[in-house]
Amino acid sequence: MATRTLRQAQDTAFETDRLYNVRRILGQSIAYVLLIISILPIVIGYAWVIIATFSYRTEGLLPIDAEGNVGGLILDNWSFLWENKFPSYAPIWRVTLNSLIIALGMVVGVGTISSLAAYALSRMNFSGRKSFLSLTLILHAFPSVTLLIAIFFVLRFISGMPGIGKLFGYNTVGGVALVMISLDLPLGVWLMKGFFDNISWDMERAALIDGASRFRVWWEIIIPQIKPGLAALSVFTFLTGWNAYLVPATFTIGGTTANLPVYLKQFMSDTAPVNWNMIAAVGLFQLIPVMIFFLFTQELLLNIYSGGAKGGT
Amino acid sequence: MKVELENLTKRWGSVVGADSINLNIQDGEFVAFLGPSGCGKTTTLLMIAGIYKPTKGFIRFDGHVVNQLAPKDRNVGMVFQSYALYPHMNVFQNISYPLKLKKVPKEEMREQAQRVADMMGIGHLMDRKPAQLSGGQQQRVALGRALIKEPNLLLFDEPLSNLDARLRLSMRGQIKRLQMELGITSIYVTHDQVEAMTMADRIAVMKDGKLQACSTPDELYDRPCTLFIAGFVGNPPMNFVEVEVVREDGEYHARREGFDVVVPPDRGEKVVGKGTVILGIRPEDVTIADTGVSGEIYVVEPLGRDDLIDVRIGEAGVHVLADPTLGLRMGHNVRLNFNTHKVQFFDPQTEQSLLWGD
Repeated sequence: MATRTLRQAQDTAFETDRLYNVRRILGQSIAYVLLIISILPIVIGYAWVIIATFSYRTEGLLPIDAEGNVGGLILDNWSFLWENKFPSYAPIWRVTLNSLIIALGMVVGVGTISSLAAYALSRMNFSGRKSFLSLTLILHAFPSVTLLIAIFFVLRFISGMPGIGKLFGYNTVGGVALVMISLDLPLGVWLMKGFFDNISWDMERAALIDGASRFRVWWEIIIPQIKPGLAALSVFTFLTGWNAYLVPATFTIGGTTANLPVYLKQFMSDTAPVNWNMIAAVGLFQLIPVMIFFLFTQELLLNIYSGGAKGGT
Repeated sequence: MKVELENLTKRWGSVVGADSINLNIQDGEFVAFLGPSGCGKTTTLLMIAGIYKPTKGFIRFDGHVVNQLAPKDRNVGMVFQSYALYPHMNVFQNISYPLKLKKVPKEEMREQAQRVADMMGIGHLMDRKPAQLSGGQQQRVALGRALIKEPNLLLFDEPLSNLDARLRLSMRGQIKRLQMELGITSIYVTHDQVEAMTMADRIAVMKDGKLQACSTPDELYDRPCTLFIAGFVGNPPMNFVEVEVVREDGEYHARREGFDVVVPPDRGEKVVGKGTVILGIRPEDVTIADTGVSGEIYVVEPLGRDDLIDVRIGEAGVHVLADPTLGLRMGHNVRLNFNTHKVQFFDPQTEQSLLWGD
């Protein structure tokens, strides 16, 4: 009798287990199906772009050659890598270098200035601090288009200066980097201030009492604490600089000073038929470094959202 | 080193952090700043450390005014409630940071750090990061960092608040012992009156930015000079009952409705005929007896060794420490005997003691 009940109990338990397993697998499958369906358009889109760059033309996802038959991958669209497409422009590698200079210049400039400024704004009490903070916020909300004409005059003025005019004036890569840095600073300062606000005052006081100067406290004690914030800010400013179009397009006149997005625009001519597949290839070329960069910095980017808010005592 | 505070005041606009504090601390003395949160004790400490600039008044170290001296030039060591260790440095780097800033040679730095760490019992943890240490160990690192530069003055800002009760007890003893052995003048900020009572040579009680009194623990306990001190020092806190003291047949009676206690003449004569005054008596000075003031038990709180009993006498309530074996229950009627040699009297308006004037 007793053994039978035990058997029965075991059977029931087994049955519930199985039911539970089936239900769990079913639930997971549904989740996967829904996720795959929602992500499919994006995947197809990218696949299409990649296939298109190696084809004469495409029909759906299928490459079509010049005779109208299916098949045949070609490298013609990537010829911009070894042929100079526009006589008035520098070759693609020079253009890529320009993009890199702007992006890295922004990383260094925005990183240095905003971590210094944000530290002062977070820790020191001086008159005009509050209004300065709200002013930078307003500046950040300002569309940069509205500033273009004023910036043009500033850059022309810098051009007139001996020496630095050649580096940071109108129609120079340095000038573009300078303008981009200043436009990105409000965001940088606010972001870094959030990170500084999160560090306890006690640590700073301890360092001061231990005998450190204000600058050493900033450099040896505080900066190591906000490395994640600095890294996240670097990633964001790099992407901003790398993809910049409006400012470079406005303040450079082609030739050797163009960056990648400006260069890309040259393919969309009003007079000749547009080779969209080549545009896709250039776009993909521009995307590759960003993709690699992003793979390595994903975690840091997520960090930025846990940064802000809450001050010390 | 001797520390003198003269009219020390800190204001932020209309907010007063510390208000005209006058205090002399002798060389090698251990003084505790005691008071509730926000009473200005940490503000005062940070002024002494040089983090805050005083709005008014003077801080003197051995007779020299140090108001304008930067924290690094004051040679003080400080331990924070949050420990304030540098999370990116290991224990060795944390402890030796003050020496690194003084540009002490590497070899000597290592030697000294090891010596201090061994003294604190954390010599085997030199390669750990603060996050890998327990609260007690972090506390020791912070203490070691404060001690390594051989400061003239040690400042503690509620250093034990974040530790669990058992560890707090043992650290309390260790800090006291260490301070005695090293003989460094120390200021210890706390809101825990037990900590202040057990560790300090003298206790400075603060309230609302003002220094209420500074005297030895015993004096503070037996002869509190304000109502605030009487209520703040001691656990469970002192009972307060509004009474009127009258003289009858050569005896002094403290009376209110349902309450009549004979007080000794040396205390009674100071308050007789002053109208309503506040009588204070500690729970351990009231006993359950066969005769005396009668009242009803409102609630019984077992504390283990004793029961804390809230007895209602008319409108007034008195806490009594009683033997748990008496088996007292809520609602019982009891009689209370007051040890009147320990009663205190306070003026209800000025809240000053009527027995122990300045």
